[in-house]
Amino acid sequence: MEVIYLLIPIALVLVAVIIGVFFWAVKSGQFDDLEGPAHRILMDEDEAQEPVTKPGGKSRE
Amino acid sequence: MPASCGPDSPADRACFHCGLPVPAHGAWTVSVDGAPRPMCCPGCQAVARAIVDSGLGDFYKHRTGTLPTAAQAVPEFLRQARVYDSPEVQKSFVSREDEHIREASLILEGIVCAACVWLNERHIAALPGVLEVSINYATHRARVRWDERRILLSDILQAIARIGYRAHPYDPARQQQLLEAERKGHLKRLGVAAVLGMQVMILAVALYAGESFGMEPGFRRFFHWLSLGLTLPVLLYAARPFFQAAWRDLRRRQVGMDVPVSLGIGLAFTASAWATFSDRGQVYFDSVVMFVFFLLSARYFEMAARKRAAEGAESLVRLQPAMATRLEEGVERLVPAAELKPGDRVRVLPGETVPADGVVLEGTSSVDESLLTGESLPLRKTAGERLVGGSINRESPLVLEVEKTGRDTVLAGLLRLLDRAQGEKPRLARLADRIAGHFVLGVLLLAAGVAAYWGWQEPARWLGITVAVLVVTCPCALSLATPAAMTAATGRLTRLGLLPTRGHALETLARAGHFLLDKTGTLTEGRLRLLATEALGEPGEDECLQRAAALESHSEHPIARALLEAAGPVRPLAAEVVNTPGAGLRGRIDGVPHFLGTADYLHEQTGLSLPAGRLAAHARRGRTVVALATRQRVLALFALGDRLRPDAPELVSALETAGLQVALLTGDQEAAARHVARAAGIREVHWAMKPQDKLDYVKRLQEQGAVVAMAGDGINDAPVLGAAHVSIAMGNGTQLAAASADMVLLSQELKQLVDGVHTARKTLRIIRQNLAWAVLYNLTALPLAALGLVTPWMAALGMSGSSLLVVANALRLNRLPRPRPVD
Repeated sequence: MEVIYLLIPIALVLVAVIIGVFFWAVKSGQFDDLEGPAHRILMDEDEAQEPVTKPGGKSRE
Repeated sequence: MPASCGPDSPADRACFHCGLPVPAHGAWTVSVDGAPRPMCCPGCQAVARAIVDSGLGDFYKHRTGTLPTAAQAVPEFLRQARVYDSPEVQKSFVSREDEHIREASLILEGIVCAACVWLNERHIAALPGVLEVSINYATHRARVRWDERRILLSDILQAIARIGYRAHPYDPARQQQLLEAERKGHLKRLGVAAVLGMQVMILAVALYAGESFGMEPGFRRFFHWLSLGLTLPVLLYAARPFFQAAWRDLRRRQVGMDVPVSLGIGLAFTASAWATFSDRGQVYFDSVVMFVFFLLSARYFEMAARKRAAEGAESLVRLQPAMATRLEEGVERLVPAAELKPGDRVRVLPGETVPADGVVLEGTSSVDESLLTGESLPLRKTAGERLVGGSINRESPLVLEVEKTGRDTVLAGLLRLLDRAQGEKPRLARLADRIAGHFVLGVLLLAAGVAAYWGWQEPARWLGITVAVLVVTCPCALSLATPAAMTAATGRLTRLGLLPTRGHALETLARAGHFLLDKTGTLTEGRLRLLATEALGEPGEDECLQRAAALESHSEHPIARALLEAAGPVRPLAAEVVNTPGAGLRGRIDGVPHFLGTADYLHEQTGLSLPAGRLAAHARRGRTVVALATRQRVLALFALGDRLRPDAPELVSALETAGLQVALLTGDQEAAARHVARAAGIREVHWAMKPQDKLDYVKRLQEQGAVVAMAGDGINDAPVLGAAHVSIAMGNGTQLAAASADMVLLSQELKQLVDGVHTARKTLRIIRQNLAWAVLYNLTALPLAALGLVTPWMAALGMSGSSLLVVANALRLNRLPRPRPVD
């Protein structure tokens, strides 16, 4: 069981890393918009670069 | 701290208040502690005097030893605050009521609970010269009225700073920033509490298991120390806002919601730390981290909910565009919208927001005013018509001449009204605040009693039970119950175009038993329209109307506008038109003299009389008649009148179904009144009423104990509207600023009033539910906790859940379905 004296410090280092990453994420605005990205995937904005209608593509209506 | 120096080295003299050097020519002094003290500037002098005069001279005695930063921190903030005294700066956020009375909207930083609101209100109201103050918990906005002769704005800001809060002038962009910073800080704390909390919980599970199945003492000690180390950041970082708020309360010798919370956390942690050091007794680290985590989550969700609920109202604020395209001698330049002046020409492209109130010079487009009035259809605007700042251009470019900017615009007026409504507190909210204040004190006393009892009965358990009592009774739900619901309801009504401008409006509207309606401008559209054309022989109705319109195109009278509107594009041309104001017009059409006007005018000009029977028939229905004639005979009669709003019958029947007694009060004659009442389906009609009669009528109803709601058009009904318990003014933009009503109906749709009544009732119901829940929860949880049946972590869960439930319940108002006919 003495291995726990090694495992727990490793866990603590991980916790410190997690908190560091989390702070960075908050600071860089990852949590600013929690709803937008969910809808963004449904938008068709990047379709214009492809041919508008592909033969055999799924029908829209 | 300023050292006292010899008078012959003036440059070395330091301001007694802020510690800055006193300029050589400076002659400002304030008597503090019986001796004149040098001041560096009039600002410091004013502040020092305000501090001394309000009996807080001890501030100077205590600050040296206790707060080494006071010398820097206070003046630094003051220098900023003093800027706000200059009239130039005040222009943007202070309104002048008269020469000396000022009113400002401020944002308060650091409000975390209803008790903070209560503390600030009491503190500010106690300042000499402050006439009125009210703070909105949901938006953190304060409305302060003060007398410029007796107190300066910077003094008020300073007074707020002294009790540990910060006030800024209300500025949407600034508030956005503050909210953002607050949210990010909150999120970080929540994250820290969650991650470290999890680690502590893992260790706690091992410890609990160890208690049952046995554990090596070495491991146990190790786990205790680990838990202590992991809990420390949670306590020092994540839980800091609770301790700060509690400390602030205690310094003011008051008890807020955070006092029992901090006491609970602090007590549990200290006892656990002691147990760790001495290796004896119970540790509660898991309860501490869980409580902090739950409390932070509850506050985070509450903050998000508050933001969502306030969004309806805030959407108006966001209507104000930041930039505008100004035309300067034909050249377009992008300028800040705040720099526009009356007379400027501005181009508004499709999709852009109109930056200020003004008149269309060029172009035709459809304009969307839905956010301002709730009117869902775009309106067609062409040259000469008015545009309201904040409406959105939909179709094609328009050139606009600016008439009003900044604080004078319709939008700014609206925002002020809304602000006032949100700033004022309904009776129920005040009651809840007061109860919460006493409640906390009661809880602390009770906790002390419980601690003493268990300490004597069963010393091993006193700590856990006391912590549970402190935590479980946090009156968050109680003090959130009303503001959450009010904010949500206000947001919803604003979107409907029914704007509450007074805090009590919703509450009173929900209780109203009588609904009085004015006729002109309320049930009817308030402007003349052509209702009937009667051709007497040849030519036909259309031709007569065309000829009449040809004559009227030379007049500005409302009748002329009604006829022109009905005739559409005018074909014949009238020449040699002579206008007799108030009577009629004559002119030649195709060379033939035509006359258009009242019966008397025609008789005087041509000697012809109109058919008396027809005249009487129209008069009975309250219509105005003009006639078109040549020298030989009368060609046609035009009956004009005010039209009933199309949804008036719907309004009346819906109000009656909702259990309200509807009555029509009008200054008009019996015939017209009865006609409108019949068309709208109103049974009770009172006609020929002068404003005084209406007033007496309302008073009589009120004496019988009725709660009276009155809808009128805001100007000629002003006294009656003022007397009614709750009044609704029909606003169409320009009259708004003058409206003294409790609510303003911005849209032209009467049926929003029905929705308003339903929303008001639902709001009241939700507030009652929330209060009932909060009281019930505390009454059940408290005895259970005192009896030792609730562990600290259960208490944390229960308290947070209760707060969340209250907020979620209030948010139901945001998605109220269309009003059902039966409530």
